Amino acid sequence: MDFAFTQEQEELRREARAFLEANPEAPLSELRELGWLGVSVPEERGGGGLSFLDEAILFEEAGRALYSGPFLTTAVVLPALPEVDDQAWSVEVDGFVPDLLHVDRVLTERMRSVPAEGETLATMDETRPLGRLTSSDGEALDGEWEPVRLRLLAALALEAVGIAQRALELGIAYVSEREQFGKKIGTYQAVAHPLADTYVETELARSLAYWAAFSVAEDEEQAPVAVPAAKAFCAETAVAACERSIQVHGGIGFTWEHPLHRYYKRAQWLDAFGGHAAVQRAVVAAALLD
Amino acid sequence: MDLRDTPAEAAFRAELRAWIEENLTDEVRRGRFEEAGRDWSRKLYEGGYAGLTWPKEYGGAGAPYSHQAIFLEEMARAEAPSHLGVIGLGMAGPTIIAHGTEEQKQARLDAILSTEEIWCQGFSEPGAGSDLAAVRTSAIEDGDHFVVNGQKVWSSFAHIADWCILVTRSDPDSQSHAGLTYLIVNMHSPGVEVRPLRQITGEAEFNEIFFTDVKVPVENVLGEVGGGWAVAMTTLLHERGTLGFALTAALEAQIRKLIALAKERGATDVQRDAIAREWIGLQAVRYTTYRSLTTLIKTGIPGPEGSGAKLWWSEANQRVTKLALELLGPEAQVIGDNGYWQHQQLRSRGNTIEAGTSEILRNIIAERVLGLPRSR
Repeated sequence: MDFAFTQEQEELRREARAFLEANPEAPLSELRELGWLGVSVPEERGGGGLSFLDEAILFEEAGRALYSGPFLTTAVVLPALPEVDDQAWSVEVDGFVPDLLHVDRVLTERMRSVPAEGETLATMDETRPLGRLTSSDGEALDGEWEPVRLRLLAALALEAVGIAQRALELGIAYVSEREQFGKKIGTYQAVAHPLADTYVETELARSLAYWAAFSVAEDEEQAPVAVPAAKAFCAETAVAACERSIQVHGGIGFTWEHPLHRYYKRAQWLDAFGGHAAVQRAVVAAALLD
Repeated sequence: MDLRDTPAEAAFRAELRAWIEENLTDEVRRGRFEEAGRDWSRKLYEGGYAGLTWPKEYGGAGAPYSHQAIFLEEMARAEAPSHLGVIGLGMAGPTIIAHGTEEQKQARLDAILSTEEIWCQGFSEPGAGSDLAAVRTSAIEDGDHFVVNGQKVWSSFAHIADWCILVTRSDPDSQSHAGLTYLIVNMHSPGVEVRPLRQITGEAEFNEIFFTDVKVPVENVLGEVGGGWAVAMTTLLHERGTLGFALTAALEAQIRKLIALAKERGATDVQRDAIAREWIGLQAVRYTTYRSLTTLIKTGIPGPEGSGAKLWWSEANQRVTKLALELLGPEAQVIGDNGYWQHQQLRSRGNTIEAGTSEILRNIIAERVLGLPRSR
């Protein structure tokens, strides 16, 4: 039993964090140049020949930086293609397509490759708008949707961990500086304890997200339960982390100017897309009880 | 990263399962803890499973922490009773190994492993709970011994214990963390009186201990006179540090029973959701403990992420036991054959108080892990 990333993987995390902090709006093509696309696809199909665990690090860091390009959807589609291409991909789930405007093609649940044509909807999370396809007809791809779905939900869980982590960091920084009644507000237990809860939940969420990533990477038998378990817990943790962080920020946390609302909206996006936590838990409950 | 057993871990697990199969009889499972527990503990000792991670020179198996994790998982899976000497094995023993003299180690450690000597903990007092540094039990040096006077409370196993790890104030003019001395006290000494404390479950698992002019030889000081605080912190580090696996194992057994109950009685959609939520939380605690363990194996120090395990577990156990009563429906008030869930639900209220209240644990996380400004 070894539940840690390798030194190479930790190095990848450091590089990804530094790059995304400096270039939070880098176009997808730059991420492709860094070798971040097709990481888990075998080399003979044009990929990086690494594992979904390496990709997992990138999803988490993209969440922490609130990266808004179609990285996640492209990355989860590429292993389903005969060969890694240089297009931007999205997926259609429950009739919705993230980032429709910014991708070239869309993979549907019926394993059709469809040109990215349709209308973009006004979405709560403005950084990742949803769209609807004009037509879901397209060229049929070999293979099953299920592995794509598991990669997608696991990636959403990982991104949620990055969101929760950032919301926590913002909260810690603020309560360590802000003073009221002549004291740093972080000294008040009513302020500190919600952040302690966020820390505990974020670490629990991280463990579940890595467990899900490992299950997907190794095609483990428990993956169809581990993935919805992680999606449910991580998305709810991200939402709660943002809500607590907004609360301890006071009025400033409620303003448009402060970045927290963008993290909050992404957290809610992550919870909704592919099914809210209660929908995921129903899958887990069926596996346990039926 | 590989969450599966290594070949060595798989071999240890297989060997342990076979051993449990052979040794864990129904008599042991159903027996009263104190009597059956002694036999079972003796068997664990003879099988080489007591003190798995203790160094070989002190009678342990010198096994890696991962084996201890597997041991606790398999014991929970088999619903085996725990070792009767939990305070000795988990707290007194490791503290003696860390701070004891060679004579103390030779005299006490093997008897802890074999359960010949049972230990209890004398830390909390009526006026010193979360604020342990407020202890008032006095130990006044008088030639070759200390004279101990005072009262301790919430002491598990004290009614059957042979020895006590005792935090005392040896400097009557001192305050707070200074002037404390850590003693190991023979519970059969004249002047030691144990009174059971009846809990909300009706049973008496804890005790009060009264010390009246109890003579404790100076060679029973653990660490330095006046240096008791540091020694006590070692004990608490072990109490909280190695707890994760035991808690995961206990919660797993509890949730397995909950699922069986739900299958037998049926569950509404809301209850199904709640059961799934608790199962997911269990996996989260389990894998967080594994992450912390990996850090422990690689660096010698458990990872900070494990610090929330007890906090989460205690609140989860309260929810799980309440959920079970809800599944029983109006019958929940009726104590049937064994009253398992009724007892468990009441007992769970202690979980957020014992071994660090949830409030203290949140303070520790806020100050020591998150680095927030100190509140005191």
